[in-house]
Amino acid sequence: MTPGIARYRNILDFTLRAMLRRRGKNLLVLTLFTLVIAVFASILLFTRSLRHEAGLVLKEAPEIVVQRMVAGRHDLISAEHVARIASLPGVRGVAPRLWGYYFDPSANATFTLVVPPDGGIGEGKARIGVGVGRSRKLFRGNTLVMRGYDGREHALEIEALIPEESELVSSDLVIVSERDFRSLFSFPSGRATDLAVTVANPREVGTVAGKIAELLPDTRTVTRDDIIATYQALFDWRSGVMGLIFASALISFALFAWDRATGLSAEERRETGILKAIGWETADILLMKFSEGAVIALISFLGGCILAWLHLHFFWGSLFGAFLKGWSTLYPYFRLAPVIDPYNLAVLFMLTVPPYIAAILIPSWRAASMDPDTVMREQ
Amino acid sequence: MIELLRVSKVFNQGRHNEYAAVREVSAVIATGRVTVIKGPSGSGKTTLLSLAGCMARPTSGRIWLREMRLPAGLGDGREVELSSLPERFLTGIRRGMFGVIFQQFNLIKGISALENVLLPAYPLGGDMAGLRRRGAGLLASLGMERQAASRVEWLSGGEAQRVAIARALINDPQVIMADEPTAHLDTALSREFMETVGRFRDEGRSVVIASHDPIVCGSPYVDSLIEMRDGDLTGQSAPTPPAP
Repeated sequence: MTPGIARYRNILDFTLRAMLRRRGKNLLVLTLFTLVIAVFASILLFTRSLRHEAGLVLKEAPEIVVQRMVAGRHDLISAEHVARIASLPGVRGVAPRLWGYYFDPSANATFTLVVPPDGGIGEGKARIGVGVGRSRKLFRGNTLVMRGYDGREHALEIEALIPEESELVSSDLVIVSERDFRSLFSFPSGRATDLAVTVANPREVGTVAGKIAELLPDTRTVTRDDIIATYQALFDWRSGVMGLIFASALISFALFAWDRATGLSAEERRETGILKAIGWETADILLMKFSEGAVIALISFLGGCILAWLHLHFFWGSLFGAFLKGWSTLYPYFRLAPVIDPYNLAVLFMLTVPPYIAAILIPSWRAASMDPDTVMREQ
Repeated sequence: MIELLRVSKVFNQGRHNEYAAVREVSAVIATGRVTVIKGPSGSGKTTLLSLAGCMARPTSGRIWLREMRLPAGLGDGREVELSSLPERFLTGIRRGMFGVIFQQFNLIKGISALENVLLPAYPLGGDMAGLRRRGAGLLASLGMERQAASRVEWLSGGEAQRVAIARALINDPQVIMADEPTAHLDTALSREFMETVGRFRDEGRSVVIASHDPIVCGSPYVDSLIEMRDGDLTGQSAPTPPAP
């Protein structure tokens, strides 16, 4: 072993033993630091996961949705409009959509009922989202009973649970046949909830939407860009709130780091003086302090990230979830899948680990740069 | 030898509480001899010891190491002027040439006696197993083998001092510096310490002690006295010639 490596190993060996001597203090710092990182990481993971979910929602959104308006309210649209819109230049396809909401008193939640455009589900059958299954304790093969518009019960056999690529998209879904849907809500035939329009050239979406509005003055068109803007506003607002929480956590961390940076304890100063007097160089002391800071910061960073992941994965972000997800209690409970973003983790690392190590090194460097005699006399 | 030439040390320079701990002191500390810096409390003897032991820089004056084995790359190999050396070299000298025994022993609490002894050797990067053997051997030579694994805060004053002595010896220094080494010892332990000092001298090491303890100053092992009062040198006895 070269003297350089042996020197580092010896100093590291002493550092670890020195840390064990201050077990209580170091554990306190480690716990506090881990919690700060966990809060940071939870917020970052949460934001990332919400954006990821939003991306999945938008992926499925049609380019233009046409809704009929009556007295400024969304109303059912006639299926006859399909042919008129389809005749417009630039329109590739128009599909009537059947969907609606169903409040389930036993689950105290609102489900979204959807009829698949391809009609690929049989009468008396249903495919349900995991949130619906969870809230009603239903599995494949069970029967989902729903109360119709006239109070009569409709029994639907659960054909499958919808795979949970995104719970935000699928959690509350109940997919039923057109006949069941119309029968449940007394939904008039020849009417749809809205129309989904696909456009041949994505750059013509605005123009086509304008033509539809002109052709059918009692409708409104909602483009995917409009949805993106709505989501953006929603997430920006939530990001702002999270930014506030983030800033609070950052300020707490800065105060904590500042407290560390403002000085060494009398005992630490004494030890620094002793080590200098018996022949340790300033660089040796800084190496020791760096190792001490790095051990605490890296363990805290790792621990904080794992805690944040556990918080999101197993506790579904319950500390901020209700507030940040923003859904009412009527929405079936959904689990947000944590999405780990290396860039976010790198930012978090840079915001926390180097400042903490610097906060340890600066006062040590100041103490270690003085003559050992001066350090000893300052006790 | 260590030669101090018109050395002064002023603390809190330029502030209202400025004071000169040592003023224009010129003295010689002979190689292989026992020198005591003697004086009442506040006379500047500890400061002079710190200056001679590279633990502090003089405000003015010069300090020379002559006719000693210097670390590689320093001076011309035979002598070096300390006051102008960068910190890194001063640390190298302090680590390689000097062993220090402090008044309060200044052991690091929470670790064992043996670990305290090894501390000055860590930055040299030696083999750990060999270091531990050497440290244990030094403690055993001072009658401390049973206390090697004990934490230092559990040791008596005399035991703590022996740990401090072993620590001062771990890097095989040419000069042992001791600041008021008998301040916390009873008469028997103080005499025992001076006998240890005599052994150091017999091994060819120089010993410099700052003390006003009559047991130290009047010890037959002492070769030379540097007398201080209020920061001034009030006298220096020539070292007694080595025994034939």
